[in-house]
Order: sequence, then structure tokens, then C-alpha cells
Amino acid sequence: MDKIPILRMGKFLLVSIQVDMHDRLALQLQDDLTNRIVSARARGVLIDISSLEVVDSFIGRMISNIAAMARVLDAQAVVVGMQPAVAITLVELGLSLEGVRTALDVERGMELLRALVAAQALQ
Amino acid sequence: MSVIHRAVIPIASREDIVHVRQLVREGAVAQGFSLVDQTKLVTAASELARNTLEHGGGGQVEITRFMESARRGVRLVFSDRGPGMADVEQAMKDGFTTGDGLGLGLGGSRRLCNEFSIESRPGQGTRVAIARWH
Repeated sequence: MDKIPILRMGKFLLVSIQVDMHDRLALQLQDDLTNRIVSARARGVLIDISSLEVVDSFIGRMISNIAAMARVLDAQAVVVGMQPAVAITLVELGLSLEGVRTALDVERGMELLRALVAAQALQ
Repeated sequence: MSVIHRAVIPIASREDIVHVRQLVREGAVAQGFSLVDQTKLVTAASELARNTLEHGGGGQVEITRFMESARRGVRLVFSDRGPGMADVEQAMKDGFTTGDGLGLGLGGSRRLCNEFSIESRPGQGTRVAIARWH
């Protein structure tokens, strides 16, 4: 059974989606990530979608859900690496991924996560 | 219109949605679509295949690669024998949903294609035809 691996790096969790996900796999990732945020006491989640060639409304909703669940569990989520063709299509489809923070690549995404967590610590 | 290639694919499980995406991508590549055009067609196909499965209880898609004067395109016809819809106008609106989705499937798919048509009758199923060309 395929499963999307979740890597831990310090207080962050990293996920790179490398396959064309069927709906059940997307739902499983959502559940797994939510559980790992709690068990690893993670402060941030970085989701790399640079290999994803299609983001339809189902996968878009999964991404929004992960960001919302991370927020209520006191963690930050950043989505990185969206392909330009996917971005164009998403907007035309009518999905704006509101409430989801994005960065161009993994490096900038990690910077953003660190900044978000540091800013939160000052509050 | 001349047909270059035609195939009928069943939509009976969630894995079939992935299969439909792959075959539509292959068809779009074979027709020389740009990456953005491929992505739009595949995304629309994914939305409609999910509708066929979840609202229609399964069905099929006919994938046709065609040539019309100088245009090369792909036409997709999704059909099911599910419960159908009484109010197609309402179903086309963004945000309207009977399932747990975002209600972007039909309206969103229409925006991603050059041609879109839908026929549905309560108790007789639904047929959605889309085409994209370049």
C-alpha cells in the first residue's frame, strides 16, 4: 500500500508529494499529518508540491484542510513549489487556497516557517 | 471533424479517476497541447470524473482526439445512469454542492474548456461533454 512519507526535521515536519494521489491517499495524508503534528509536537509543516502536475478541487481542499488543522494545533503550514501551470489552472477553476501560506521553493518555505514560529514566540 | 483516436474508459473507483487523468494527459500531449492547456484539460477531467463517480454512482468517459480544420483537440464525454439533476442551472453555480466538495466541479470545468455542454434528467443520469483545442 502506498503511503506518503512524513519526515521530521527538528520542530518541523516535511512532506514531498511525488505521486499522482488518488483521493484516499490524499485523505490519509491529511490524517497522518494531523496526528504527527501532535505526536511530534511540531511547530511547522512544509508541504512540497513541485512534483504535482494536477491540483483539482479535492486536492485543493486537502491542502486547505491541512493548513487549517495545523493552525488549530498551534503549528504553521507552508506549501511550496507549485508549478506555474497548476497555479494558472487553480485560479481559473476558482480555488484561491485562502488561508494557505505559500513559498516559491523549499528553501524560502523553510525561511518563512522559521520566521513565523519566531514571530509567534515573541507574542 | 475527423476522429484520430477514440477510447471508452470505465469510472467505477477512485483509482479510475487517476487513470482518467493519465489517459487525458496522454491524449493532450499527443495533440501537441502546451503544458498549461494540458493541465487545464486534465484538471477539468478530474473534476468531472469525480462527479461521475460520486454523484452518478459510476459511469464512463469517452476520450476522443480530433482534428477540425486546422484545430487539434480532445473531447471528453462523461456519462452515468445515476439519479440525475432536476436543476442543471443551479448545479452549475460555484459553491453549489450536494456532496462534501467545494461545489466548483461543474462551473470550474466549464471555465477550463473551450466547449461545455450538460444534459441531465432526474432518474436518467447525466451526460457532460467538454472539449479543448489549440
